[in-house]
This record gives sequence, C-alpha cells and structure tokens, in this order.
Amino acid sequence: MSQYRKGLWRGALAAAAVAGFVTSAAAQMELKIMAPAAPGGGWDQTARSMQQVLSQSGIAKSVQVTNVPGAGGSIGIAQFVNNSKGDGNQLMVMGYVMVGALLTNKSPVTLDQTTPIARLTTEYEAIVVPANSPIKDARELAAAIKADPAKVTWAGGSAGGVDHIAAALFAKAAGADPTKINYIPFSGGGEALAAILGGKVTAGISGYGEFESQVKAGKLRLIGLTSAKKTANVDVPSIKEQGIDLEIANWRAVVAPPGISADQKKALTDAMDRMAKSKEWQDLLKQKGWEDAYMSGDAFTKNLADEQNRTKEVLTAVGLVKS
Amino acid sequence: MDAFVSLAHGLTVAIQPMNLLFALIGVLLGTAVGVLPGIGPALTVALLLPITFKLDPAGSIIMFAGIYYGGMYGGSTTAILINTPGESASMATALEGNLMAKAGRGGPALATAAIGSFVAGTIATLGLSLLAPYLVDIAVSFGPEDYFALMVVAFVTVSATFGDSPVRGLTSLFIGLLLGLVGIDILSGQSRLSFGVPELYDNIEVTTLAVGLFAVGEALYVASRRHIHEEKLEPVRGSLWMTKEDWKRSWLPWLRGTAYGFPIGALPAGGAEIPTFLSYATEKRLTKHPEDFGKGAIEGVAGPEAANNAAAAGTLVPLLTLGLPTSATAAMMLAGFQQYGLNPGPLLFADRPDLVWGLIASLFIANAMLLVLNLPLVGLWVRLLAIPQPWLYAGILVFATMGTIAANPSPVELIMLTVFGILGFLMRRFDFPIAPVVVGLILGPVAESQLRRALSISLGDPMVLLQSPISATLLFIALVALIAPFVLKGLGRFKAVED
Repeated sequence: MSQYRKGLWRGALAAAAVAGFVTSAAAQMELKIMAPAAPGGGWDQTARSMQQVLSQSGIAKSVQVTNVPGAGGSIGIAQFVNNSKGDGNQLMVMGYVMVGALLTNKSPVTLDQTTPIARLTTEYEAIVVPANSPIKDARELAAAIKADPAKVTWAGGSAGGVDHIAAALFAKAAGADPTKINYIPFSGGGEALAAILGGKVTAGISGYGEFESQVKAGKLRLIGLTSAKKTANVDVPSIKEQGIDLEIANWRAVVAPPGISADQKKALTDAMDRMAKSKEWQDLLKQKGWEDAYMSGDAFTKNLADEQNRTKEVLTAVGLVKS
Repeated sequence: MDAFVSLAHGLTVAIQPMNLLFALIGVLLGTAVGVLPGIGPALTVALLLPITFKLDPAGSIIMFAGIYYGGMYGGSTTAILINTPGESASMATALEGNLMAKAGRGGPALATAAIGSFVAGTIATLGLSLLAPYLVDIAVSFGPEDYFALMVVAFVTVSATFGDSPVRGLTSLFIGLLLGLVGIDILSGQSRLSFGVPELYDNIEVTTLAVGLFAVGEALYVASRRHIHEEKLEPVRGSLWMTKEDWKRSWLPWLRGTAYGFPIGALPAGGAEIPTFLSYATEKRLTKHPEDFGKGAIEGVAGPEAANNAAAAGTLVPLLTLGLPTSATAAMMLAGFQQYGLNPGPLLFADRPDLVWGLIASLFIANAMLLVLNLPLVGLWVRLLAIPQPWLYAGILVFATMGTIAANPSPVELIMLTVFGILGFLMRRFDFPIAPVVVGLILGPVAESQLRRALSISLGDPMVLLQSPISATLLFIALVALIAPFVLKGLGRFKAVED
C-alpha cells in the first residue's frame, strides 16, 4: 500500500514537473516586436495587435513593441539586421510597401538577409472614380488609359508604393505603356481622398478601407478591387473578373533576424501558427477589417521572393529603379 | 436650429461624470506632452490607443480630443517662457512671446495666450458644429493649384517675420528652402541632398530644426555673451495680470487669428502653421504700436495663439464629416474611431449623433477646463525665469535634447539638433532672423509639391493657376500684398508733403 502510494506520488510529481516544464517553455518566450514605422500606422497597429493577442492568450510571457520610424522601413530593417543577429526572440513587422521602399531607396540591407516567418494579413487595393465621372467600370477605365495614358490622372500614396505599382500594373494590363501613366502621389490618405472627391483627378487608388465610407455614401464609385474574386464586402466584381488581368494585395508579415537556429525558427513559427488560429486574433481581424492571409514556412519564403521579383520588374518599368 | 438641439443633447453626454473625468485626464496629459518639445499629441494618442481599447468609445474619444486641445496649450507655454516651441504651430508665438517674457511681461503673454486660445477654441468649435457640412464642400474643392496660391500668399506675408533687413530675411528664408529639399521627393520618389544617410530620407523634422535654432541656439548665445554683458531677467515687471491696455490690444488679434485658423485648419492640406504666420504678419502690419514688434508685442502672441487653437478645431471638420485626417493627431483619432468599428465620414453624423455631438460638446468643456487650469498656473510658470541663468539654460538644453530623442531615437537626429543649434547661434551672432528658416522648411516643400501636382494634372499648362477662381483670387491678394506697402509709402510721402 505504502509502496503503491509512493509510486503514485512520484508519478504525480513527475507529471507535474513535465506539465510545468511545458507551460514554462511556451510562456518563457519574451518577444520583442519592431514596428519599423511611427506609432499609429498599419505596421504599428499590426505589432500592437500581435502584442495584445500574444500576451492575452499566454502564447508569450511578455511582448514589447518598439518603433523605429523612417524611409518606408529602410531604417528599421537596417537596425534589425545589424543588431539582432541570431536572436530568436525578435520579430519585425513588414509588408509589401517595404519591398518597394528598399528598392527605391537603394537600401544596402535587403529582405534576403532576414528570416521570413509568416504572412499575417492582407488588404486589397481599390480603384475609385468620383460619383459624377463618365467612367462606369474597369473596362471603360482601361479603354481611357489605352487611348491616352497621360490624360488619366491617378491620385494615390507615395511614389513607388503599392498604390503606384498597382496603377502601373493596371495600365500594363490595359495594354498601355506603364511608363506613361500620370500618377500623382499624395502624402497620407486624406489628401488624396480630397483630390478625388473634389474631382481633381480621374481615378483614385488605395486600400479599400480608405474609400469604404465614401463609396457607401455614394460620393465615390468603386471600379473594383484587385482581388482574384469579388469579396463579400463589396457589390462590384473584382477587376480581374471584369477582364483586366490585375491581382495585387498589400500584405503584412513578420520576419525574424538573420542567423537564427532551426529550433528558434520553429519556435517562432509555432507561436505565429498558434496566434493566427486563436479566437482573439480572429476577432481582432474582424474588428480592424483586416483580411486573414496567414501563410508560414516555405510557402511564405517562396511568396516573398516572388513578390520581390515582380516589384523590381514593375518599378524598373516605371523608371523608379534603374537596373 | 437642428445643430443647437443636437449640441444640447451632446452636452448631456459630455457632462456625465465619467466623460468629464476623461476630458480632465485628456487635457492634463495633453498639456504635459505639449510642453515637451518633440513629444506631441499624436504620439500620445498612439501610445494610449491599445490601453483605451476596452474603454467606452465616447469616453476615450473625448479624452483624445482633450489631449489634442491640451497639446496646443502646452506648446505655447514653453514657447513664451524659454523660447522652445513645443511644436511647429507655436513657433510664431515664440517670436514676440519670449521677448515679452524677457521684458518681465511673461504673465500677460501667458494670459493672452490662454484666453486667446479659449476664445478661438470656443468660436471655432461653434463654427465646427454649425458650419461643418458647408465648409467641407469648399475644403474639398481646393485643388493643388489653390494650395499653391495660398502658399504664395503665405510667402509674401511672411516677410513680416524678417526683422529689419529684407536681405538678411531672404537669406534666412533660402536656408530654410534649401533644408526643405532634403529627403525623398514625394512626387518622384527619388532622394535629394540626403547623401545616402537613411535618416535624411524622411525630410528634416520641423521640431528638430525649430528647437535647435530657437532653444539650443539661444542657450549657446547667452553662454557666449555672459562675460561681456550679463542680461538681467526680471520675472515680473509691472502687473502679472493683463492690464486694460493689454485687453484692448488683444481682443481684435484673437478674432482675426480665429478667422485665419479655422478655415485654413479645415482645408485638407492646410495645417496649423500657415494661419499662425499669416496672423503674425497681419498683426504686425495692423498694429498701432509698431515700435513694440521686435521687443515683445502682445498682439504678436494673441493672434498666432488664437490661430493655432482655431486650426485645431478646424482639422476636426474634414475628420468628422469626411473621415479625412488632415493632421497627425487627427489621423490617430481616426484610428481611435476605427478601433471601435466606427467610420468617420458622411454617415457618422447620421449613425452615431450621440458620439459626434458628445465629442463636440466635450471640446467646449475641455476648453473651459484648460482655461481654469492654466490661468492660476501663470504665476507659477513665470517663476521659472527667476532660476539663475546658467541653470535655466542648462535645463533648456537637457529638455530640448530629451524631447528630440524621445520623438526620434537616433544619433543622426541629435547631430542635426546640434548643427542647427550652432547655426542658430551664428545667425543670432551675426543678426540674421531665425524664424524665416523654419518658415521656409514648412512652406517650401508644400508649395513645390502642390505646384508640381497642379501642373501634372493640367498636363503642364501653367494657365491652370489662373483658371481656378480660388487660385486666381489668392494670387491677386498676394500681388496686392506685395505692391501695397510701396504704394502706401508713396502716398504717405505725398501726404507728408501736402501737410
């Protein structure tokens, strides 16, 4: 009896020890997430949302967010690659905009030096025209561009950013010369939106979130989104469905520093997998209006390389990057 | 009449004890961060967003608005007392305000700033509730060519900040225009004059330049003069409070400042700096005491202070009616709205009237709170000037450096601060005015990009500048402003001969 009891006691101790070890291993992760942008922007919001979910759900013990703003992330990535080599507790938020910014800024540090972990969210680009514009759909816009690309003025975000690239790809898909497009960059979404509402330009291009309330209020006409298929939140078929071969998404992802071990990479990837599946994360995506685009491991590594090649091609074509 | 009913309803939302508390926390926080150069209301709201996530939407948005208004107040306090504008919109205040403080009139300067901000904030908030839907249509019809014309008006009038010699003033302005070219050109995406330093890609930060030139430059200058000529600072000379004369000289500038601030702030690319410059220039031209300008004229504090607070209310017009954030803080407030699944825009007034009118009503309350908080503090603030000079200026240097580092933690930023400090010292030593440098840095890039946008849209036809009625009118005003002084001078001579 006593022997049996002793054994049971020992077993329970061992089980408790194992259980304790497992939970502490997961909870030991003290993550630092860098948002290579000023507080408030999309990357910062992504980092802070991750912080919220990771610590609430207990996937990480503590999460610290740092901001290193400047030059479309060029300054952040330089610091990340140089100072965090081999550190398995660090992540950096990045996105499609950084791919272009590193190219146009001729950054000495590239994304190839980081360890891709996972893609998190995506937002499709939307093309809109003022409500009183004679252009009704993507085909008519394509026809106008084909007739004279310079006469179609586009308002969007910074030169070389995702809006600019999408406009160039639209012109290319419409059969016009993408180097001839008349793209007018504005700083910040607000100013571009004002120019479109005021009828100063032919069309506007930006993330759909920027235009949503104006489209619903009937002040802007949505030409289409750059998704493969019509998404649930809009009434208009996607641009691709309207026969213009254009697909582009402004995605956000996380990468780890260079030189981390396979185990460290696995631990980070697992943490992201768990985060992406958690209810907290799904609720947060809904609340922020972000589309889930989760992809990790080799699939994301390959996807990142493809996006880099395509972007370089477009930016070279519009003359922002000299090959 | 509808607006008044809605506003009354909003007041009932705003005076709920919890919302009052949020407004109080907001204005206190805002004043604190406005005092520190570099850390502005935008950063504060950004850092608070994840914390306020669980709070009630009305409460946290009211708090954000309090921070916004509080920041505008706080910035002027340091501008007046220690010549360190907490943000670029307080720069014009520093020009005459600090001179007043040095002449022992810091009390009246702070008082006219606080009361002027209250008056302007109140009128502008009233304007926001009554005119927002009409104003926004005009604001949106402002095209790039119209902004360019507005910049031309600003350029013509800023000569008022030039001091006595136009040649020296223009030299300073061109230094500012040159600095404005540094960084990535927004239209082509190519970097200019950045010499491969990535920190320079994002253009030179206005606050770094202003703090370097004003605060660091001043500290160095005072240190260099200490053995030759000791400047005695008297914290209080005469009344601590505004005299009857001060009131008489302040009330018109308050109203004129509001008239500049509110509509320009409501323009999507208007900003708070331009109305402060325009107001300063107007007051300098209209004053009955031109001899005081350059020695501390109360009009030069009253006008710009009213203008920047009115502009703060103005930026809420496009934010609430269109969902257009036109300043960094407005952008953060937009993120705050979206956090609760609310989309500011044409539908917000209809969907959530309680929230919108509650916010507008709480702006009135925040304004009144700021006045009550700040007026009694005036006596305490001016004591700051009684600190022995070496300590005071050492403190200013620490303060300026800390603010810069907090806003942008990078060694390059510190080097820039130091270089601008030395530049400020040299300019003061050789009698070049420093304000036009900051004016050039702010206006130059805007004027350039708007002109290029206008020409890009018109396919290179410069006539677009005259075809738009707004632009044509503004350019005409600029022309008149340029010629009028010469004509008036001529007439004056004529008159003098007749007499």
